[in-house]
Amino acid sequence: MWKTLLAASALALTTAAAQAEKIEIELWHAMGGALGEATNAVAEQFNASQDKYNLTPVYKGNYEETLTATIAAFRAGEQPNIVQVFDAGAATIIGAEGAVIPAQDLIENAGFEFGTDYIPGVANFYADENGKMVGMPFNSSTPILYYNVEALEEAGVEPPTTWEEFQEIAPALKEAGYVPMAQSHLPWIFTENFMSRHNLQFATNANGYEGAEGTELLINVEPIKAHFTAVKEWIDAGLFGYYGTGWGDNQAPFENGEVAMWLGSSGSFGGLKQSADFEFSATYLPYWEAVTEEPYNTFIGGAALFAMSGQPEEENEAAAAFFQFLSSPEPQVFWHKETGYVPITATAYELAKAEGYYDEEPAAEVGINQLQQPGGDWTKGYRMGFYVQIRDVMNREYGRIFSGEATVDEAFGIIEEEGNRLLERFAQTQSG
Amino acid sequence: MHKAQFQSPLYPYLLLLPQMAIVAVFFLWPSAEAVRSSFFLQDPFFGNETFVGIDNYTDAVTRSDYGRAAWFTFLFTVVVTFFSLGIALLLAVAADNVLRGQGPYKTLLMWVYAIAPPVAGLIGIMLFDQHIGPIVDFVALFGWDMRVGVDYWDTGIAMMIVATWKQIPVNFIFFLSGLQSIPKGVREAASIDNPSPSGRFWTIIFPLLAPTSFFLMIINITYAFFETFGIVDVMLKGEPGNNPVTLVYKVFLDGFRGNDLGGSSAQSVILMVFVLALTIIQFRLIERRVHYT
Repeated sequence: MWKTLLAASALALTTAAAQAEKIEIELWHAMGGALGEATNAVAEQFNASQDKYNLTPVYKGNYEETLTATIAAFRAGEQPNIVQVFDAGAATIIGAEGAVIPAQDLIENAGFEFGTDYIPGVANFYADENGKMVGMPFNSSTPILYYNVEALEEAGVEPPTTWEEFQEIAPALKEAGYVPMAQSHLPWIFTENFMSRHNLQFATNANGYEGAEGTELLINVEPIKAHFTAVKEWIDAGLFGYYGTGWGDNQAPFENGEVAMWLGSSGSFGGLKQSADFEFSATYLPYWEAVTEEPYNTFIGGAALFAMSGQPEEENEAAAAFFQFLSSPEPQVFWHKETGYVPITATAYELAKAEGYYDEEPAAEVGINQLQQPGGDWTKGYRMGFYVQIRDVMNREYGRIFSGEATVDEAFGIIEEEGNRLLERFAQTQSG
Repeated sequence: MHKAQFQSPLYPYLLLLPQMAIVAVFFLWPSAEAVRSSFFLQDPFFGNETFVGIDNYTDAVTRSDYGRAAWFTFLFTVVVTFFSLGIALLLAVAADNVLRGQGPYKTLLMWVYAIAPPVAGLIGIMLFDQHIGPIVDFVALFGWDMRVGVDYWDTGIAMMIVATWKQIPVNFIFFLSGLQSIPKGVREAASIDNPSPSGRFWTIIFPLLAPTSFFLMIINITYAFFETFGIVDVMLKGEPGNNPVTLVYKVFLDGFRGNDLGGSSAQSVILMVFVLALTIIQFRLIERRVHYT
């Protein structure tokens, strides 16, 4: 008995020693619930795939809270190795030069080869003005249109490809007892991606990519104002439902069958499959034929992973190994199927296709196809600071349009004026 | 009469030291820091600062939503203070008159006190949910299409109701103990002089409750101003949109959600000055009318 005990403790010692040799790195993320479980699964797969590094994912609250926690930790010199930052916070972390190591540099410094087959709509968003990838896209999604198959059949209509078509079919859906459409994120779907879908410039300085100094919003323009004028008319005519700024408040009426079509995220797919007890499918985000004859690609929302600076060399290598693992096809396909977020490389997309995933779930392919539609000069994305507040201003003013408190002209005047003031203030923080 | 004397003149200061240290560390130092950083714009990651003079102040007060937030905060404070004091006083007087089974009544009325503000906010969200909220369904019977989260004032009213409900028990406890400390003899003498219960209440009981009421008014105003933060945050689900926000919540939004530390500091300094002025006014004007026994 003593022998076994001795042997067991010797074994325990050696495994402890082996573990001590592992290089520990930490990832701070904002993925709660099912997404958090998928994140943990990816980390476990990485840890099991090699024996040099050990990655610990830590949930830090929502996106804003994670960014704030990271800033506080960075100022105290206790930043994690990797942090997940969302689209609207990208300018803050990328603008803080020296706070992060660009993903491309990190990977190349560690002796890996930087992949080239990233899907364009995905890769550009978190790149710098020269196209160097700074953040490693992690959970990437794009706005698409979901529809209740039964509801559309009942009304005898097809899902719309353009807003002109929507206007034609909406009365039939209303007639059939449905609210024809709702959406869940006005700044993301009806502003940022509206601009991209129609290849319209969103801000000066190449949508802000060329630097914060002098960047101004180009939002007070006819196409988008005409769009909001139309949406307001639809709401008044009972052809469109607006349930406030909350994402879930707008998704819920689609899930319980009140709303026939819903504009949400391609990443909502996994959740909808669980919550909707009717047959649904998806198609591309509509566009105005009056503005563009052919639609352009949308870009991504969601978040990317950033490697923080100020870490020992071997930990940077560990982070690079994780990025490398993350962009390899198998984890990508796992993540894609588990969450509904799009794969970030063409190889991963081909793999999912070869496995027959899209034959089973055609709706899961819509987002990735939309990201691969033809691009234009203004479809890369945007880079603007204090963008969280700018989105808040948009949400507030759009709400005022829909409630009738402000006209479209007044609201867009305010968004332009206050948005530009915020951009100017952000530029000042960068010059100090 | 025996006079308490310290042996050394330094001794009282020594005793005060811990309290003073706490005030210095948790109030004076952060306040000074807020005042200082309100004149700078700060890069969040490195803390590099650019001096901008009073730009942060002018920017804060000239934004189109500042006036609206200030007006809402004022209304919110008045409504919450008035109703949470009024309803609590009514309940306390009623509970004080109950002769049998007073214990369970009191316990039930104090119960809500144990609920944390965010939890109160969550309950509020469920009750006022635009799709499944029972209160929304109820008011719909009277033709009110209440849309919390969409309509500015509907959200505002829901926040006021939840904030008031949460504060009633605290006020109730204080009012009840205030009522019970009024000597029986005084009440009996009053009931001989004035047969009307409401007359007795306003001429005898209410003035004797004045110290309690004054104290409660101050803590209720501070409550509505600062401590309703959790309720507001939860009820707005972190997304203000076109919904009312209180000034304190705005400080949080700009500072911790938007990482605009300078702008947020300027707003908190404005609030600090305002509360200071309010407190001075309260003590100068209202406390004079309060008689302590």
